[in-house]
Amino acid sequence: MTDLTQLTIAEALDGLKQKSFSATDLTRAYLAAMEKGRGLNAYVLETPDKALAMAGASDARIARGEFGPLEGIPLGVKDLFCTAGTRTTACSNILRNFVPTYESTVTSNLWRDGAVMLGKLNNDEFAMGSSNETSCFPGPVNPWRRQGANDTTPLVPGGSSGGSSAAVAAMLCAGATATDTGGSIRQPAALTGTVGIKPTYGRVSRWGIVAFASSLDQAGPIARDVMDAALMLRSFAGPDAKDTTCVDRAVPDYAAAVGKSIKDMTIGIPREYRIDGMPAEIQKLWDDGAQILKEAGANIVEISLPHTKYALPAYYIVAPAEASSNLARYDGVRYGLREPGKDIVDLYEKTRAAGFGKEVRRRIMIGTYVLSAGYYDAYYVRAQQLRTLIKQDFEQAYASGVDAILTPSTPSAAFGIGEKGSADPVEMYLQDVFTVTVNMAGLPGIAVPAGLDNQGLPLGLQLIGRAFDEETLFSVASVIEKAKGRFPVSDRWWG
Amino acid sequence: MSVDQATVRRIAHLARIAVTEEEVPHLQGELNAILAFVEQLNEVDVSGVEPMTSVTPMAMKKRQDVVTDGGIPEQIIANAPEREGHFFAVPKVVE
Repeated sequence: MTDLTQLTIAEALDGLKQKSFSATDLTRAYLAAMEKGRGLNAYVLETPDKALAMAGASDARIARGEFGPLEGIPLGVKDLFCTAGTRTTACSNILRNFVPTYESTVTSNLWRDGAVMLGKLNNDEFAMGSSNETSCFPGPVNPWRRQGANDTTPLVPGGSSGGSSAAVAAMLCAGATATDTGGSIRQPAALTGTVGIKPTYGRVSRWGIVAFASSLDQAGPIARDVMDAALMLRSFAGPDAKDTTCVDRAVPDYAAAVGKSIKDMTIGIPREYRIDGMPAEIQKLWDDGAQILKEAGANIVEISLPHTKYALPAYYIVAPAEASSNLARYDGVRYGLREPGKDIVDLYEKTRAAGFGKEVRRRIMIGTYVLSAGYYDAYYVRAQQLRTLIKQDFEQAYASGVDAILTPSTPSAAFGIGEKGSADPVEMYLQDVFTVTVNMAGLPGIAVPAGLDNQGLPLGLQLIGRAFDEETLFSVASVIEKAKGRFPVSDRWWG
Repeated sequence: MSVDQATVRRIAHLARIAVTEEEVPHLQGELNAILAFVEQLNEVDVSGVEPMTSVTPMAMKKRQDVVTDGGIPEQIIANAPEREGHFFAVPKVVE
């Protein structure tokens, strides 16, 4: 039998339907791959007993003739999604021993549809980071390495969903859950040659996901190809009474949009994304992408999104402000770490100093500052005004007839662990320069691999859509995928 | 705008995060780097622009004001670092 972990979700569903193998066979193949891949630090908790029990239940359903949309598919779960009875840490010492008594809506939907949980995946602490180096656990390693004689420099898999991207690229799960506040699905997908989609704000319930910045956070899948991302998103999405920002809208059959013609669609190329110092190979990747879409019958037009350059600085006001209030709940009283103190305030201060890592403390402090008396209007209100302008830029482009916007996913390929951001935090923040606009405007965005750089590392293109038009993104992304092919890791050096 | 060391200590206290004296100069540098980065927002004329309050126009969902859940004190205090019966225990707050 071929290695079952090589199958995409769509292929595995076929095999299970035809009874070529069982859900238990499939899960066992992944558990073996996870064991060999432990050096990648993709998982922070493996749940083999739960996985085999869920796979067994799936086999029983299949035997009864029941077959869910993700029946028997083994998935990894970012450790930001609460899983009942299974430790959920947000990769923070402050939640190191937290065992939720409830299940997030997204994971509930996945299990309802037949999927199997393999374990919990690494991420940046509270999803704050772009390289997964802020995790309280040993950081995940990108399965990709630079080409060349014995270049074994460990590279980051991106962040914050770095465990998800590393696990999907290394085939340690069939697909993974992820979340995206400023680029945390799309940037790691781009850095590992995988596909990641951040849906429209409100498409997917945030209930039971550890909150970072509530007006920006949105969950979505990281998958091996566009079809698998479409299959997963269908299970993620849907109304939820427990999240008042989750919309009451029917979920389309995203898989039906994959491979659909894009003839006569209009694709916008925003000139403001041509940033200073952009590497020539990223410009070429972008031009090639536009050419592929043109050959598929789309009209390519240059557009302007004039407030683009202000998205990242505005984000670094809005996101820390929301984080500072969301993370106020970690007080050492109701759950999580507690450090003893001489009084209640001393207990709070010692607990939070001990429990939060450096980047999280920094962002809480920035957020506290911009919300403090006398600075609120100068920082927070101004940032929210910029957000209105950023959203209007997109609205004008869509009103002029643009169906989707094509940009690079990231300004560079994967970089070395420890290489960025040690002196100036802003250096790391720039990783999200192309993705963060999408969160600020609440729009959907997909990252699809489109080539390799001169060191043999994957690079991605991003497509940005109209609100609630994920289908167009799947159609356009599949055209790029068809032309460029998939980008599996060729050297499985980890075992 | 930039922050001085006294402001760093004040923010840390507002955020309820203990900082040591050695950490203060380092934090000051990092916070000022971020504040310098966001400074560019002042280039934009935002007069008359509504600050965003909701990213997609939506009416807040409402439900009947009735109890829909409860009777689960064990679950609620299951992760408490310190408890007494069905209560969270904290150091004495009121003298």
